Amino acid sequence: MAKRDIQEVNAGSMADIAFLLLIFFLMTTTMDTDTGLTRMLPPPVLDDQEPPPPIRERNVFEVLINAQNQLLVERQPMALSQLRDAAKEFIENPLNLDHLPAKEMVDVPFFGTVPVTTNAVISLQNDRGTQYQMYLAVQNELQAAYTELRDEISRRQFNRPYRDLTSDEQAAVRQIYPQRISEAEPRNFGGRN
Amino acid sequence: MAKFKKKKKGGSGAINTASLPDIVFMLLFFFMVSTTMKEVEMKVITRLPEATELSRLERKSLVTYIYVGVPMRQYQRSHGTEPRIQLNDQFATPEDIQSFIAQEREAMREHERPLMTVSIKADYDCPMGIITDIKQALRRAQALRINYSARQGDDLAYNF
Repeated sequence: MAKRDIQEVNAGSMADIAFLLLIFFLMTTTMDTDTGLTRMLPPPVLDDQEPPPPIRERNVFEVLINAQNQLLVERQPMALSQLRDAAKEFIENPLNLDHLPAKEMVDVPFFGTVPVTTNAVISLQNDRGTQYQMYLAVQNELQAAYTELRDEISRRQFNRPYRDLTSDEQAAVRQIYPQRISEAEPRNFGGRN
Repeated sequence: MAKFKKKKKGGSGAINTASLPDIVFMLLFFFMVSTTMKEVEMKVITRLPEATELSRLERKSLVTYIYVGVPMRQYQRSHGTEPRIQLNDQFATPEDIQSFIAQEREAMREHERPLMTVSIKADYDCPMGIITDIKQALRRAQALRINYSARQGDDLAYNF
């Protein structure tokens, strides 16, 4: 039997083809990852549903935005730069003040029994004429208030920021600072449509 | 005069380029995987608002987009200059959202439907009225996970 030479396939043009495809994908690619503020909407209110029981005033942190993008926080005008600290004080109630939310002792894993403002709710209401950027900025500040509080307690307890904790530890921190931002049913108050 | 010397026969040979296709293919696969084609043609102008506390939208297949903004110049004659909603390739009204969500949900795999996220890509200068209408429509459609699309900004952006 004669040994046949195996012909080598010329693969030199493979690189060219691959380069061509590569350049095509380089051109069409958009590397922007989608980022944003994630929220849960409340389920729709049914007509025959009973209205929820009223929440005591000290447990509600009321934020209103009008059509001129001005803030009214707990009936006081406020600049956006102060909102974060005001929200933090409300959520945490560090001095146990009477007009800030009531605390309850709650058993939390890793922490033991700690006082938690269980019923605190941030209520956000805006006008139809409010600018979207302003609305998002307010949402952002409220989110930042929660993030900062969670980070502080995580560093104190675990010496790590919140996002580096394990999921169990994160759940415990979330139990101490549950994020409750409620958006009121839309109302048209004041100003243009 | 022999200015140009003849190459010696024993010089170093050609560099082996056999691994070049491999490297290029590796890059190619990276871009193929990371690429996202633009699925819709934008008909409204969406300049995203800025925020700092952003989270990332992880799985693209679970995300449905709603665009809100002023129609682009070539559509202003027919659709006006007030902010409008764009679903897929068409202008829409808040009433269309419910059927749009139902349709998108139908296209998903069954176990993924509860994880559906609606991303609202709205122009920063929109009035909240149209956003509120969208939110109410989404509530009726039981699409409760939403994401306000925003880009990373710095704290100094807030000079309201």
